[in-house]
Amino acid sequence: MKYAPLKSINDLNKVKNQTLKSIEMRLTDVEKEIDKYHILVCAGTGCTSSKSNVVRNRLIQELKKRGLSDKVKVFKTGCFGFCKLGPIIVIHPDHTFYCKVDPEDVDEIIDKHISKGKVVEKLLYRSPKDNMLKKRMDEMDFFNHQKRIALRNCGVIDPEDINEYIAMDGYKALANILTENKNPEDIIEEVKKSGLRGRGGGGFPTGKKWEYAKSYENDKKFVLCNADEGDPGAFMDRSILEGDPHSVIEAMIIAGYSINAQQGYIYVRAEYPIAVDRLEIAIKQAKESGLLGENILGSSFSFNLDLRLGAGAFVCGEETALIHSVMGLRGEPHPRPPFPAEAGLWEKPTLNNNVETYANIPIILNKGSDWYSNIGTEDSSGTKVFALAGQINNTGLIEVPMGTSLKTIVYDIGGGINDNKEFKAVQTGGPSGGCIPKSLINTKIDFKSLTDIGSMMGSGGMIVMDETDCMVDIARFYLEFAQDESCGKCTPCRVGTKKLLEILEKITKGKGSMKDLEILKNLCYDIKDSSLCGLGQTAPNPILSTLHYFEDEYISHIKDEKCPAGVCNDLLKVVISDEKCVACGICARVCPVNAITGETKKPPYKIHQDVCIKCGACIPKCPVDAIYKR
Amino acid sequence: MELKEEDIKVLDEIISKYETEQGMLIRILQKSQKHFGYLPLEVQSYISEKLNIPISKVNGVVTFYSLFSEKPRGKYTIGVCLGTACYVKGAQEVLDAIKDELQINVDETTMDGLFTLKATRCIGACGLAPVVTINDEVHGRLTPSDIPSILYKYIKTHKKSDLETTEVK
Repeated sequence: MKYAPLKSINDLNKVKNQTLKSIEMRLTDVEKEIDKYHILVCAGTGCTSSKSNVVRNRLIQELKKRGLSDKVKVFKTGCFGFCKLGPIIVIHPDHTFYCKVDPEDVDEIIDKHISKGKVVEKLLYRSPKDNMLKKRMDEMDFFNHQKRIALRNCGVIDPEDINEYIAMDGYKALANILTENKNPEDIIEEVKKSGLRGRGGGGFPTGKKWEYAKSYENDKKFVLCNADEGDPGAFMDRSILEGDPHSVIEAMIIAGYSINAQQGYIYVRAEYPIAVDRLEIAIKQAKESGLLGENILGSSFSFNLDLRLGAGAFVCGEETALIHSVMGLRGEPHPRPPFPAEAGLWEKPTLNNNVETYANIPIILNKGSDWYSNIGTEDSSGTKVFALAGQINNTGLIEVPMGTSLKTIVYDIGGGINDNKEFKAVQTGGPSGGCIPKSLINTKIDFKSLTDIGSMMGSGGMIVMDETDCMVDIARFYLEFAQDESCGKCTPCRVGTKKLLEILEKITKGKGSMKDLEILKNLCYDIKDSSLCGLGQTAPNPILSTLHYFEDEYISHIKDEKCPAGVCNDLLKVVISDEKCVACGICARVCPVNAITGETKKPPYKIHQDVCIKCGACIPKCPVDAIYKR
Repeated sequence: MELKEEDIKVLDEIISKYETEQGMLIRILQKSQKHFGYLPLEVQSYISEKLNIPISKVNGVVTFYSLFSEKPRGKYTIGVCLGTACYVKGAQEVLDAIKDELQINVDETTMDGLFTLKATRCIGACGLAPVVTINDEVHGRLTPSDIPSILYKYIKTHKKSDLETTEVK
């Protein structure tokens, strides 16, 4: 598709009205009978991984074969969020939500849904709560408690068509600014008044950041977007880039106008190939449409945008490290001040915001700061996107108003814990955050409340853990990550995290002492106080928070040499259940060290713990599942 | 390895495309790695000479980022996601199963040059945890017992393509 350059706000409105007509059926309940259909196929990473692209191609092929291509159009769209049910497709105008669609189901969808107007029941979502089939998204608990602002266009528009973004009031905020020749101070004031805080983790007020970046005059200034989402278990930014890349691009152009910069860079992880693709397409289309480049929408303002790909280093999410990486250097942080607002890229004033922060900007400017600041809490306005994963029924991507309780997220939206196990903790903030125990499940989530209980908002990863997760092992897991990703520039982080990891490994092997806990704590505080950048300063958080809320688990590892959750291999015993054993003798035959003895047909067999090497070879061989680790 | 004439041509093309812009070393290295599969010292030194950047600096960048490799990789790169979501869903056991099956450690390549094993950071398919990528293909919701059959599929594809090429000869 070729896009004609838009020269004024009128051109933009024309495109908007035209496109809106064709996608209207997705947005409202159309009363009159339409014999046209739009099939939206999720093309996010989650659904693509479960072969949604095969489903899409099959749909296109089959429709073509049956001469239905004019009547039924198939589109890619961004993440619906309910990744657990992927691949997801939604058919409009009746808004039918089909989940776990297999390429084999395509025929039935066309035969039944398209040709006869009947719903394919086996592909509908069945709510575990009332065991009823749910046809539309607004009938599902998963979506009902959400408020999608940053994700407003994900699952609604085709991210590879700029006109669909324009139809959803895209580039309207930018066009208004340029047409009215708005004062940059007024835009910044509006952002400040909205109360929007940085969504990358720190929570610094966005408007203030813009104001600082504006205050430093220079012949060259830069706007940066941090899309280096390195937090393990977090995929909010990726979903926004995949589902609505133009919202970020529009916001960056507005930021450029506001701080008087003409060049922007989006620094995105190379591990996100789909997001990179979509961004490249989006930038190209924005250039064609005259929304990027020289004299945007016929105004005197010019702005260029380029991509920079990361090459796999967690520390590059730290802004000074990111700046080095954008310049093609080793991504090592440097001490602040000077802050990037004063001296960033090539020592020029640089504004850096996170993907989700940018995605909020256009809608704030369209709907007004009052509208936005009324959502959420006093401390934190607006909504937050979380990636819900771990031992939870509904894994996926959610967006809720700030101040929503953890309980609502875990039980109402998340649908509770897998296999009805017992909820133990939620980890937020990734390797920089902490674990929130069950006793605090009523916490209303905002920046302050999370910091108060020893965790942090972070970028929005939310990992749910149950009784089978060992908190000492989780702390060890995060420290292994932090240690591996430490860039090595400053000693507290380079050596300190290694030391912390060694102590934790000792404890998970049952060789720790109570004195180790003391050393662990002191070392944590030393590293927090003396590290150069955020990565080191926050690396001890997973230990401190698990020590605070789950000290008893540490103590059982040390004093009783037991892992209560049954995770730490060195502390487990392989045992045979007396009741289940049928004395077939297979286990004794496969045991490589002859640790199992017994008499055939006279149960139970016994494992001699002093001989057993815990290889576990006997476990899968038992025909009655009588052998387990404890 | 020695740089062949066509290799130099490819490198020159990549370099001339990006050298005019500031700070493009990482992009040039990424494109070069795509061509060679890895970044041997000879490639690094050629780039260093052409861009007039000290080899120490080029090598510093190559060794800093985990996506760059100085060693050749196998035909299939297996990436086991060790993000938190995958970890709590048993990614470690899946990784151990692969290690056991292929008899290699993380960051090693099998003797036949078929598989390279990597522990990767979150790829963001947390809904499918635990996840393993083999080249560009994603395998989700795995248990250790799924591993042998998945690996066998790749071995079979490889053998087939091997057979076809020998037949042509």
